[in-house]
Amino acid sequence: MLESLFFLIVAAVAVLSGILVITCKNPINSALSLILTFFCVATFYVMLEAPFMAAVQVIVYAGAIMVLIVFVIMLLNIKTETDKRTSHAVLISSIIGLFVLFETIYFLNRSSLTGSKGLMDSAMIKSVGHTEIIGKALFTDFLLPFEITSLLLLVAIVGAVVVSKRKI
Amino acid sequence: MGYEILGLPLIYYLAMLGKVIVVFLFVLLTVAYATYAERKIIGHMQVRLGPMETAWHGLLQPIADGLKLFFKEEIIPSQASKLVFLLSPFIALVPAFIAFAVIPFGDTIEIAGYKIPLQIAAYYDTAAGKVIDVNVGVLYILAMAGMGVYGIVLAGWSSNNKYSLLGGLRSAAQVISYELAASFALVAVFMLSESLSLQKIVADQAGVFGWYVWKQPLAFILFCICSVAETNRTPFDLPEAENELVAGFGTEYSSMKYAMFFMAEYANMVTVSAVAATFFLGGWQGPTPWPILNFVAKVYFFMFCFIWIRATYPRYRYDQLMRLGWKVFLPLALLNIVVTGIVVTLFK
Amino acid sequence: MLGAYLPILLLVVISICFGLGALVLSSFVGPKKPSKVKLQPYECGCEPVGSARERFSIKFYLIAMLFILFDIEAVFLYPWSILFKKLGMFGLAEMGVFIAILLVGYIYIWKKGALEWE
Repeated sequence: MLESLFFLIVAAVAVLSGILVITCKNPINSALSLILTFFCVATFYVMLEAPFMAAVQVIVYAGAIMVLIVFVIMLLNIKTETDKRTSHAVLISSIIGLFVLFETIYFLNRSSLTGSKGLMDSAMIKSVGHTEIIGKALFTDFLLPFEITSLLLLVAIVGAVVVSKRKI
Repeated sequence: MGYEILGLPLIYYLAMLGKVIVVFLFVLLTVAYATYAERKIIGHMQVRLGPMETAWHGLLQPIADGLKLFFKEEIIPSQASKLVFLLSPFIALVPAFIAFAVIPFGDTIEIAGYKIPLQIAAYYDTAAGKVIDVNVGVLYILAMAGMGVYGIVLAGWSSNNKYSLLGGLRSAAQVISYELAASFALVAVFMLSESLSLQKIVADQAGVFGWYVWKQPLAFILFCICSVAETNRTPFDLPEAENELVAGFGTEYSSMKYAMFFMAEYANMVTVSAVAATFFLGGWQGPTPWPILNFVAKVYFFMFCFIWIRATYPRYRYDQLMRLGWKVFLPLALLNIVVTGIVVTLFK
Repeated sequence: MLGAYLPILLLVVISICFGLGALVLSSFVGPKKPSKVKLQPYECGCEPVGSARERFSIKFYLIAMLFILFDIEAVFLYPWSILFKKLGMFGLAEMGVFIAILLVGYIYIWKKGALEWE
């Protein structure tokens, strides 16, 4: 009872800050709202007994990626948004929005909301530990994707240098 | 004991409240007296007396300082972004204070038949018969350390002052660079403890010779230097290099908002000292039989080192600082991980 | 599970209340004598020239970018570090490959001078 009340409060904050991300005139305020949204998502992960995901959410998204976004906003010196939105943009985005809404409703109707139960239940997470479960899956079953991630990171490193250095 | 909320007995809530308040006051008091100790110790190291006027040997100096800041005028520059300007002291202060939550500061004690682990974010599960804590406690600390950056960089940006902006940016770049090296250094410790839970890490270091500092001396040195850089202390206090940047990101801040940044810096010092004590010096384990005393003594030892370093070393140049972080500490920490991995796998 | 996280929430609330209380109280008791000069940005007594929000060195951007990439590497190291004893030689080899590939990237940024702060 109390837990679902808490969930509702956090969910409301998440939705509200999500709306603020796109409605704030000042890009820095948008970025701050996005950080708040990430925190709410991290809270959901904790409530779903996935503390490792929560920590990664905060460390990587709220802690690293948002630092870059804040830097870029400052770097480009983006002023407060004053342009009027054109009607074309409103039209196109509302069509896309409606499409996504229908898709969501369709899939929610098709499947059961609670989802199917897998191997990882509360008792298993408690006895083995969430990080251990993720690690075991990552380093045995998903070995190839894990190694490919390093290649992806390598490409990103090269890309970052190429983009930011004037002469290579 | 029969009464339960959310499946937890009432005494759990009482214990939680007690622990939170005691630790909060401990950090607050340590922060206040760290400023006094800093002035007094550096004073004596430079053959001065330090604060002497307020009470006996200036013992009430931090309270006088706090009151003075409290009664000062609150200035918000007319061109500042007001909301962010007011928000950033909070973003700096709150993570600094809450990072302490996962650090165990004593053994499990028993009150009225209910076992209470001396760690804020933990409780004793009677059904499972063991202490349950945040099992990614280490990552929680790293995440909170990462949040402190925003307070600094947003303070610099929102002040609309050139010194502030440069100070904030420099500081942010410095903090994230050293955070990286520090987290790589800590990985070597997790490899020995095989857990991210701080309860387990402390439990593994029984006895003075079980401390991880003996098994991971390089990680210890790297972590200590990185924490000096992460807390923006001398010799890495570039963000507030007064001869270049006035007071860095804090230039436009006055009264309580300034005090909040100040408290955040010292609270970060307390936290990294506690983290260093927990990871490398066994936390509350050894050398004396009194756990809380052990822990507090180790924390104060690191705090003293912070002050000692400040009295000893001159400030680094910014390019030297960044080179040190990226070209020396990062590869050394990685090398340490690889060597630890090979040695542990071969000589299990 | 929840029992371990509830105290963190309490600590967040207490520290926010502490900061807010100090800020609000001090804004009541402090004097209020604003003047045009006092509210200007401080530039050592000179008249401030232009806006402070100028564009700045791209180096900061590069550092933030590299920070993300190496932070992700660190995130992969955490679960590995607590499991590698159980994974044995195999675990060591796979993380060796992972680190070796990233080491190439690290040598690349070093050689390109991306770590120089000129």
